[in-house]
Amino acid sequence: MIAELGLGVLWLAAGLAVLQAVLGGLALRFPDRPDLGQAVRPVAIAQGVLVSFAMLALIYLFLVSDMSVKLVVANSHSEKPWLYKFAGTWGNHEGSMLLWVAILAVAGSGIALLERRVRPDTLIATLMAQGFIALGFYAFLLFSSNPFERVSPAPQDGNGLNPLLQDPGLAFHPPTLYLGYVGMSVAFSFAVGALLTRDVGPAFARAMRPWVLGAWVFLTLGITAGSYWAYYELGWGGWWFWDPVENASLMPWLAATALLHSVTVLATRDSLRAWTVMLAVVAFSMSMVGTFLVRSGILTSVHAFAVDPERGSFILALLFIYVGAALTLFALRIGTVREGTQFEPVSREAALVLNNLFLTVILGVVLIGTLYPLIAQSMGQQISIGPPYFNPAAGSVALLLIIAMVAGPLMRWRRDGLAAVAKRMALPLALGLVVIVLIRLMAPQIGLLPWLGLSVAALAAAGSVAPLWKRNLRRTPLFTWGMVVAHLGVAIALAGMATDSAFMKEKLVALGEGEATQVGPFSVRLVDVTPVIGPNWTALQGRMSAQRGSGAAFELLPQARNYSSPPTDTSEAAISTLWNGQLYAVLGKANGDGRWQVRLWWKPWVTLIWLGGALIAFGGVLSLIGRLWRERGLATPESGNA
Amino acid sequence: MRKILLWAPLMVFALLAGVLLRGLQSPESGTVPSKMVGRAAPDFVLPAAVPSHPGLARADLARGKPVLVNIFASWCVPCIAEMPVLLALKRQGVEIHGIAIRDKPEDVAAFLRDHGDPYARIGSDVSSQVQISFGSSGVPESFVIDGSGKIRLQHIGDIQQDDVPEILAALKAAQ
Amino acid sequence: MMRFLNNRLTFALVLTALVSGPVQADSRIGAAPLANVQLADPDQEKAAKHLMETIRCLVCQGQSIADSDAELAGDMRSLIRERIQKGEKPEAIRSWLIERYGDWVVYAPPARGSALALWLLPLLLLGVGGLVARGRIRRRSR
Repeated sequence: MIAELGLGVLWLAAGLAVLQAVLGGLALRFPDRPDLGQAVRPVAIAQGVLVSFAMLALIYLFLVSDMSVKLVVANSHSEKPWLYKFAGTWGNHEGSMLLWVAILAVAGSGIALLERRVRPDTLIATLMAQGFIALGFYAFLLFSSNPFERVSPAPQDGNGLNPLLQDPGLAFHPPTLYLGYVGMSVAFSFAVGALLTRDVGPAFARAMRPWVLGAWVFLTLGITAGSYWAYYELGWGGWWFWDPVENASLMPWLAATALLHSVTVLATRDSLRAWTVMLAVVAFSMSMVGTFLVRSGILTSVHAFAVDPERGSFILALLFIYVGAALTLFALRIGTVREGTQFEPVSREAALVLNNLFLTVILGVVLIGTLYPLIAQSMGQQISIGPPYFNPAAGSVALLLIIAMVAGPLMRWRRDGLAAVAKRMALPLALGLVVIVLIRLMAPQIGLLPWLGLSVAALAAAGSVAPLWKRNLRRTPLFTWGMVVAHLGVAIALAGMATDSAFMKEKLVALGEGEATQVGPFSVRLVDVTPVIGPNWTALQGRMSAQRGSGAAFELLPQARNYSSPPTDTSEAAISTLWNGQLYAVLGKANGDGRWQVRLWWKPWVTLIWLGGALIAFGGVLSLIGRLWRERGLATPESGNA
Repeated sequence: MRKILLWAPLMVFALLAGVLLRGLQSPESGTVPSKMVGRAAPDFVLPAAVPSHPGLARADLARGKPVLVNIFASWCVPCIAEMPVLLALKRQGVEIHGIAIRDKPEDVAAFLRDHGDPYARIGSDVSSQVQISFGSSGVPESFVIDGSGKIRLQHIGDIQQDDVPEILAALKAAQ
Repeated sequence: MMRFLNNRLTFALVLTALVSGPVQADSRIGAAPLANVQLADPDQEKAAKHLMETIRCLVCQGQSIADSDAELAGDMRSLIRERIQKGEKPEAIRSWLIERYGDWVVYAPPARGSALALWLLPLLLLGVGGLVARGRIRRRSR
């Protein structure tokens, strides 16, 4: 019954999305009929409520393990812990599409309820665009992937979620990225709405900014968490592989980061109008391209996911329609949008343009580098593109970007003097130079990128807190704090990356029970190897005792696991986090002579990478709160500002 | 000029969309063909994998008669599937040499006993070094080599009945 | 040889039942001599490791041989370490592998032909972007 109700509600919601799009279009066409426009808001709110209900219905079906529903049978099992039943709702294609459209519609309700800053007609146009986007996903759900489909006769129990997916990371990682992607689609709707009503200005930018900030926070969290997950799961100590699936999540983030900064220029200085609209479209298309790359499986990736070319083509079709339409609209309309104010070559605007330039170049490098194997293949060549290309090609531009990141906040809006800026930059620059020289003297053997990376990290750490210099900290606005924290996070993450690649120590060795080895400053002894049994796996567990000099010994318990269904071997790394880094241990295969292959890494300061990522996201949260607080007074009654 | 610039994003997007569509039609291929085809087989000397058969060396591939080199392993499931086809080829007079990858003598012997023995010689390549020097990336794989020791054809995966004409044609062309 | 693909984590935003990769069994022979053993000379090991990180594993889903559990990847690591130990230059080993597997086997695209454009891409994009951005900057009048 619940399943039928869920499906019915979903159809209703889809109907409302049609209504939302049509009413919105009519309201724009006939401005003398205000009643049409007034109807759009309640429709958007109702659509959000209905599709949330459908989502809740599906969650309920998973929680009670209703085995008459096909999706539950395929992805759940009655004896699974409740958390994985719950997460299993979106741990599959149909459920995740429903989650996507639910978040989208709830965001639409949010706009309809709360947004008071943009012109009413722009708001209607935005909601209309949202209706159109939602419509595509409703069609996808209802015509080709109905999550509520029944199965008859109902089996005794479900097939279960793959044991390897029963990881807390999986419960939260996909929805996090989703929230980011959907947030980008809201920004896209705003951009389309503003284009339709020729209302590209500061008010539009201020309305769009919280959505961009929020989406960006979620994308940052999603990528950071995903990187840590890869780090502990793959078992070789790597945390970023420039794999197509990783790049697919990085590209929307790069576009969102650029958008975040250009929208600020538009909101503050009424400049970069066309560029901001363009970026909003690009950020949304990158979300869609990312989804497409992940789902279609056209590029081989180390990160497993269900690939389905047919579903891939549906996503591609949606991408064609939405982005093609938006760019056509852009070409037709943007010529009539005045360019906004120009700016001086030495000004914060100019620094932000430089930031956007660098981010866009990195985005271009990552996008083309990721897709190039496909292009080469159609020319009859087989080539691979990985870290040896991306590290220098994207990394070098990223270092320039970070220098621009330091300079920007130390410049004044409108116009600044080169000498004054140089003076403000003097301390960070000096620090950077000192580190460059120090490393040359103390650790001449490290590679060029880590060397420059550490120096730029020192420069950026000092430079990112410099905007607080001589300021009354209690009166510094929250969004300035947010910026400082986020920029500091970048410096910290960069320091972690550079330190790890420069000073990481590796030890590959075969150890018998009782034998010891040395990795970096630690001596590690393999105490014993014993079989252990888990709920759905058996494993050999190595007990290792590690000690730094004569310090206290601590234990590491890496496992070589064997899952029964489906039969899978995995290695569970043991990671010991110390204040200054992580000791990473993996138990490999038996050697045949009573020894085990053991892989050990001492990774100094590697934790800074994810700490930095978390700080970046936290900075975003502070900014978001700060902006919402500052702009709460700007909300004007709907009738007031047409 | 400015008009054209406004349409540039759409054109760039169309290009991107074209690449993605093209990718959907022909996804990145997983197989890596050997670049050694058309060139002399690499130099190697492999010890015998089983006592019953002599080992295999580069010299055995350049005795004036085309041969089929089959890279296989006792632990490889598709290798079992292609055995009947290899046996049939042998009955048609094809000289087949094996290179056993990462295998123990007793396992190879058991494999030959259970699934048939089409091989004249079998070399043992315990750490895949000869396999790598052939540019081969998995088991099973087969190479047609002409009488002068030049590689004429690479077949990736198990040889099925449908593949026999191609193999035979290559062997004939290599005469 | 290759482990099932589904023990990998996923960045996937959409997750469904996982696809399992081709079923390939492991051999009963242990790892090649230098597959998981570092060279005694740290400089040689560093050179070997640096090379291994740029070589793509033949049987994996997009991993370098430096971080793959596949047996063939181990055999390739052993091959590289042996040759480095004998004093061969990494560049020579890289060319030897490319001779066999083509450019596919290295993670850095060749700096020739159409892929050369890829290496010039950052500069090209910076140039184009710079030109577009310059239009927005007001000339300072004196």
